[in-house]
Amino acid sequence: MRDSFVKTLIDIAKQNPNVELLTGDLGFGVLKPFYEQCPNQFTNVGIAEQNMAGIAAGMASLGKTVFVYSIANFPTLRCLEQIRNDCAYHRLNVKIVSVGGGFTYGALGMTHQATEDIAVMRALPDVAVLCPGDLVEAAAATRAATAWPGTVYLRLGRGGEMRVHHVIDDFKIGKAIKIADTTDLHDKKTAILSTGAILGEVCEATTILSSKFGIGTEQFSFPTVKPIDKECILKCCQKYDWVFTVEEHNVVGGFGSAVAEVTSESGLPTRLIRIGINDQYCHIVGSQKYLRNQFGLSAKSISQRIADTLM
Amino acid sequence: MEQKKISSKDLAWLIRRHSVEMTHLSKGSHIASVLSVADIIAVLYAQIMHYRVNDPLWDNRDRMILSKGHAGAAIYAALAECGFFDVQELKTHYQDGSRLSGHVSHHVPGVDFSTGSLGHGLSVATGIAYAAAKSGKTFKTYAVLGDGECDEGSVWEAAMFANQFHLSNLIAIVDYNKMQSMDFCEKTISLDPLTDKWKSFGWNVTRVDGNNHRQLAEALSQHGDKPAPTMIIADTLKGYGIPFMQNDILWHYRFPHEGWEYDAAVAELHRIKPDSVEDPYTPAGVAYPTIPPDADIYNDHTTSATWKPSSFKLNDTDL
Repeated sequence: MRDSFVKTLIDIAKQNPNVELLTGDLGFGVLKPFYEQCPNQFTNVGIAEQNMAGIAAGMASLGKTVFVYSIANFPTLRCLEQIRNDCAYHRLNVKIVSVGGGFTYGALGMTHQATEDIAVMRALPDVAVLCPGDLVEAAAATRAATAWPGTVYLRLGRGGEMRVHHVIDDFKIGKAIKIADTTDLHDKKTAILSTGAILGEVCEATTILSSKFGIGTEQFSFPTVKPIDKECILKCCQKYDWVFTVEEHNVVGGFGSAVAEVTSESGLPTRLIRIGINDQYCHIVGSQKYLRNQFGLSAKSISQRIADTLM
Repeated sequence: MEQKKISSKDLAWLIRRHSVEMTHLSKGSHIASVLSVADIIAVLYAQIMHYRVNDPLWDNRDRMILSKGHAGAAIYAALAECGFFDVQELKTHYQDGSRLSGHVSHHVPGVDFSTGSLGHGLSVATGIAYAAAKSGKTFKTYAVLGDGECDEGSVWEAAMFANQFHLSNLIAIVDYNKMQSMDFCEKTISLDPLTDKWKSFGWNVTRVDGNNHRQLAEALSQHGDKPAPTMIIADTLKGYGIPFMQNDILWHYRFPHEGWEYDAAVAELHRIKPDSVEDPYTPAGVAYPTIPPDADIYNDHTTSATWKPSSFKLNDTDL
């Protein structure tokens, strides 16, 4: 997903000399193709995220489209006020890219786990929040973020995510993408909505639900958390008694909360279950796969939780 | 609106007079900060910067960020007097429905960037200067910082970046009035030696009397000999121009109240009024009031006057 972003950004930057990439001294190796091919559009600002966000705002005020790149919580929480006051309030074309959403950097420890970033970033007016689910969504989201007027948060996984799409023709910020539909096969039915790189686990969970539990699923990926696709959520609420959200993020304030805001105001009786990190920090050491298991975010535990709810 | 030709002396006086009226009417804060920075702003707008009042977004205008956004009244007064908007609007400062917020707002014509949270302005100015240099644009970018603001780490992040990229199109000025919100800087977080700090960060540094227009104009029009950003350390007096507000932390937040405070502030300003300028509020001035015997002036209102952290010493036994 990370490489897909860089490759896409190189294409964009070659076409548009106004596109700039700033990094907070992270992306060794990963960003190499960019600074080799677009050296005049690349700046390492050093380990100074507050300054990076301010610099980006200043550059964007002169008409540049500025991508700022770092990992985990550094380009968001560390410089939140600069994003709020300097980028978003001035509606500047700053695209904040964080590699390492959720447990991507699991073994590096709690500091490197971005598990509240969606909640925090989506609380900012005039900031679009994009969390692509695979590398194809990541490439499409990068293009869409470039074209979107104003400040965007782009949350990426690192790499090695399951490729779900072959190609996406009609990616639009604010639109969910249907991934699977097994509701014709079973009487028991539900909808699962997910955001970000947990998509691979959710695809697998959908298969398990159908084959093992006899539950049909309409599955959607939400590469955009803000603006949220209300229409898709409301359609699911009209069709199903239960709707599930899955995110590799705290359940407080994140994607599930964004969906809950829509369902609770809809007047529909649908029950919503938010699957995510249950408002806790992670002090366990382990790979992303291992930590997903520990926190009930593996395909197996997601499907089990859904089956238990519906049975 | 037409751009008005105005001298920096007249503009500085008008900034002071407007800010007394604005804070008086609105019961707003930061009069002493406005008085301290007024000469810097006046010299910039009357003598140094290139801009077009009829085309506030003119591509090649010099950029200006007042990073110490709490002195917003100074910018609003300067912009109105230069012709960006009607001077009458200044009276709406802090009022319901006004666009003149206490801290600087870019929703006002002539303002390049909103500020108010300290430590942001230099980074943004640096980003502007960096993008301008990359794009071959020739305008200059100015940032006016407060001294207390230099407590913020982000200021020094920007200082290092601007040096790294030799941004000689960036000129920053510190309004060095030696006071911050609750006390003298020295009693809070000492900045000394401020000149040496900026020098060691690679900048061209000059130090001037920041209430002296000739010195300010000279420093602002000649930049250092090395390809680096310029820092002007402007020694100022907080509350400059109104003696009973000078160097007294009380006036960081207090506004000139109805009665002797307002009258004395206006009367003091009339003592230094250039003949070439007219007072838009009290053209004939006001009689100097009798100061009530119990008036709380010239007292030390700093926190260190009552609370003395310097008496705290870490004993060996605490280690």
